[in-house]
Amino acid sequence: MKNEYEPVIGLETHVELYTNTKMFCGCRLSFGEEKNIYTCPVCLGHPGSLPVINKKAIEYAAKIALALNCKIRKYTIFHRKNYFYPDMPKNYQISQYDLPLGVGGYLDIDIGSYIRRVGITRVHMEEDTGKLLHKGITGRISESEASIVDFNRAGTPLIEVVTEPDIRSPEEAKEYMIVLRNLILFLDVSDCSMEEGSLRCDANVSVRKTGEDKIGTKTEIKNLNSFKFLQKGLEYEVKRQIKVLEAGGGIIQQTRHYDSKTGTTKVLRSKEEAHDYRYFPEPDLVPIYIEDKMIEDIRKTIPELPSAKAKRFEKQYGLPKYDSSFLANNKSLADYFEQCCRHYNNAKNIAKWIMGDFSALLNKEKMTIKDSRVTPENLCKMLEIIDKGKINYKIAKSVFEEMFSTGKNPQKIIEDRGLEQISDEGLLEAVIEEVIKDNPGPVKQFKEGKDKAIGFLIGRVMAKTKGKANPGMVNEIIIKKLS
Amino acid sequence: MEIHYLTAHQLKDRLEKRQISCTEIVKSIYLRIEEVEDRLNSYIRLEKESALSRAGQIDKLISAGSDIEDFMGIPVAIKDNICTKNITTTCASRILENYIPIYNATVIDRLESRNYILAGKANMDEFAMGSSNENSYFGTVKNPWDTDRVPGGSSGGPAACVAAGEAACSLGSDTGGSIRQPASLCGVVGFKPTYGMVSRYGLVAFASSLDQIGPITRDVEDCAAMLNIICGHDRKDSTSINVEVPDYKSFLKADIKDMRIGVPKELMVEGIDREVKEAVYRIIKLAEDIGGIVEEISLPSLEYALSVYYIIAPSEASSNLSRFDGVRYGYRNVEAESLREMYRRSRVEGFGDEVKRRIIIGTYCLSAGYYDEYYEKAQRVRTLIIGDFKKAFEKFDVLISPTSPTTAFKIGEKIEDPLTMYLSDICTIPVNLAGLPAISIPAGLSGSKLPIGLQIIGNVLREDNVLKVAYSLEKVIGFTGRPGL
Amino acid sequence: MKRISKDDVKHVAELAELKFGEKDIEKITSQLDRILDHVANINSVNTEGIQPTSHILDIKNVFREDMVEESVTQEFALKNAPDEANDGFKVPKID
Ligand SMILES: [Mg+2]
Ligand SMILES: [Zn+2]
Repeated sequence: MKNEYEPVIGLETHVELYTNTKMFCGCRLSFGEEKNIYTCPVCLGHPGSLPVINKKAIEYAAKIALALNCKIRKYTIFHRKNYFYPDMPKNYQISQYDLPLGVGGYLDIDIGSYIRRVGITRVHMEEDTGKLLHKGITGRISESEASIVDFNRAGTPLIEVVTEPDIRSPEEAKEYMIVLRNLILFLDVSDCSMEEGSLRCDANVSVRKTGEDKIGTKTEIKNLNSFKFLQKGLEYEVKRQIKVLEAGGGIIQQTRHYDSKTGTTKVLRSKEEAHDYRYFPEPDLVPIYIEDKMIEDIRKTIPELPSAKAKRFEKQYGLPKYDSSFLANNKSLADYFEQCCRHYNNAKNIAKWIMGDFSALLNKEKMTIKDSRVTPENLCKMLEIIDKGKINYKIAKSVFEEMFSTGKNPQKIIEDRGLEQISDEGLLEAVIEEVIKDNPGPVKQFKEGKDKAIGFLIGRVMAKTKGKANPGMVNEIIIKKLS
Repeated sequence: MEIHYLTAHQLKDRLEKRQISCTEIVKSIYLRIEEVEDRLNSYIRLEKESALSRAGQIDKLISAGSDIEDFMGIPVAIKDNICTKNITTTCASRILENYIPIYNATVIDRLESRNYILAGKANMDEFAMGSSNENSYFGTVKNPWDTDRVPGGSSGGPAACVAAGEAACSLGSDTGGSIRQPASLCGVVGFKPTYGMVSRYGLVAFASSLDQIGPITRDVEDCAAMLNIICGHDRKDSTSINVEVPDYKSFLKADIKDMRIGVPKELMVEGIDREVKEAVYRIIKLAEDIGGIVEEISLPSLEYALSVYYIIAPSEASSNLSRFDGVRYGYRNVEAESLREMYRRSRVEGFGDEVKRRIIIGTYCLSAGYYDEYYEKAQRVRTLIIGDFKKAFEKFDVLISPTSPTTAFKIGEKIEDPLTMYLSDICTIPVNLAGLPAISIPAGLSGSKLPIGLQIIGNVLREDNVLKVAYSLEKVIGFTGRPGL
Repeated sequence: MKRISKDDVKHVAELAELKFGEKDIEKITSQLDRILDHVANINSVNTEGIQPTSHILDIKNVFREDMVEESVTQEFALKNAPDEANDGFKVPKID
């Protein structure tokens, strides 16, 4: 039965930009410090204060809009969105309305078996609100007798990215958010931390019979503030709507709140429906005319984006598709990878190490590659040492662990710990002679054609040399001696 | 003449000649205040102590040989909607009764850098909404010429105190005539500069696209000198014009030979008192006598100016006044148990009737379903009004009209009838809608010894023409009347 | 033009976070009706093709550089607070 329905989802994402200062005043942005220490008459909404636009915020917003393939409007203005709430210093938000900065873009989402193109309706600028802390044990609005307002965040530059209702499943929605977040991280204009609230997502959801063209009545879901919640919240809401329709009911247009504790969505109070924002052009600001030159200058600051980078990695370095996207989707991994490629010419080998042992250690230590002490130069030195046969993989792993914790040069580690592989034929012959003499049984077995016995002999040689013997040479010499 | 009636430039002259000290000036102003303030109520807050101590410091500077700049050591009254750091700024509203600004308005910084003296914060209509100064939480201001009458509004306090010798000059704000109309009713000079010439930073907003700070003085010379100080670009106000500021005093020349003066017939029709009209015609004659070329002109869309204004101004105000919610500053009803109750009770108890009325009108004009019909339509008609002025200024250097259709009316006469009250601003409102500079100068007295004002309007950024004509006419009118207080 | 009703005034008052008693509503409604009736004369003006003026100035692109300016101290920020707690502005239960 369920397969008869398909979800129709549009997402609205708010992204806090990490400029030095707020959208309309010179206060610095705050990151969880003491309350109300980064405020001024403007961001406290004091009488008589006036906003002045932060140029950098416009540039960052345009950068995002361009990266999302939007057209940048030549003429754009700010409006006032009027509603009362204690975290809003002026009881209106300065926001863009019918003339957003960017319009008509798209973002391609690779779902694995297909690519979904999600239309971007608009990218607009606005200012963030302050933060409310609810007094009481639970920290929820409904159960607290009072709230405390902190205006440090008030006025932080915010952009809103609104999609067309092009998303067809909760999973696609999650993938969209991941791709969008990666993209914005590449642009270096926001830290996109969902935990810190610098990336926040609301969804518009409806369902319809598969094959239908019309869009059904939608609900708006708030508080979908992690990839997991986004997917879970949408899954719940889609099921709920289908159930209502199956039972012969109708969907009521309303705003719902996702409760991560119960995994369900609940109706927000009906007052929400009475909103009438009374938008009108902000008379305290003047229009913005974006000249072609400015757009071109901003376009120049946009780095190569993940999808293009992945394609290039495949072509230029001959990496498999999976490896290419894995590296390209993370800016610091991609940058690190390419730095390595300048020092060492086996790209596949580099990718193998970055995606394998290196990533494992980074994950374990909850670090990013940028914070790691292993320089690209040192990683490449180690790969060269392996190639020259000076150490084997097993030893390399232990050398790398030490590089990771100390940042030391691999050559130095190998020397200090005397790990260099023994490739001296005379030396190896002496050890092998001894092993042959001490293990007549396996020697006999080998001579009788039991190939497995050679493994045992090699193992003995390795043990005697503390793993430093060149395994290839040992193999060769044993065969030579016993045949 | 009494010291308290001297103009700022006359006082400066005496300071330069060491005929008087700042302390003496401040003392004489305060003597005058003590003498008449009970009858006028032009101040909300006096700053006697700090004014005297400041005067002492400035006297020291002067005796140490410091140059004496314009307004140095001169007591100036500041309308109480201009923020003064650490000194209450109430907007004549209960909701801001105890509000202490944490910053100075840009104009205050500029005056302070010239060593002016703050005489006190002048009374006004609450949030600058009114034309009679009857809408003040701190009581009605009386007209110094007849204390049964209104001083005009909303800068009633700034106009009355200058007319009565309670300050050498003052700063007011003008959204629809709030400097010029009270100046006219009190027999003093009031100037509204081109929108954007004076920073609005620190002026508590009424209608952002119309508000402008300007001086109220006893003559045109002081007015020009004050413009020199307060005009100029401010990066804290995005609507501030970034042009070089001329020396306004250089336009004080009694010469209007061949200047073209237009008289908009829409501002000389119904509702204008006979005596007021006659005064304007008398001045037209004087202007022609000294070489001005005067002609009638029609600006047909001015007919709609009042309507446009009473949609746009309340709309912007309804949004600007949302911030008064009892959360961060200002009056709060402390009994309210929930947020919405706190909002509503604080605002209902904190705002006066006229303010609430305008918030309701404005909210209505912006609300869903009415925006296009009211707010946006008004902004379109505003474009036509601007166009009419543009056309007029292709032909004329200045336009003249009465400032107010009537002389000062009786206290209580119009307060119950908002629409009739609104008509008091019929001649001044179009100027704000088009952002033009305009002055009101005393044009004489009516039969019942009440001042009549003449309005001179210039094109955008043509303060020079306004000042030239005002200065020339001031000389030939020769108004020397003083209220008989 | 549609006349303003008491319900309109009540609705608008709610949007503006104001509240009036029945008697005041009646008075305000009749005053507003008269004012709105007067301003309705703008509807007779032909504004086809006329752009609305939202800025009378021919000014554009007024920006600040992204440079930090000093904020006010916490004490100053809270100086006018009608009620405060834990370094923040305290408001009653949100409904
Ligand atoms: Mg938004
Ligand atoms: Zn700030």
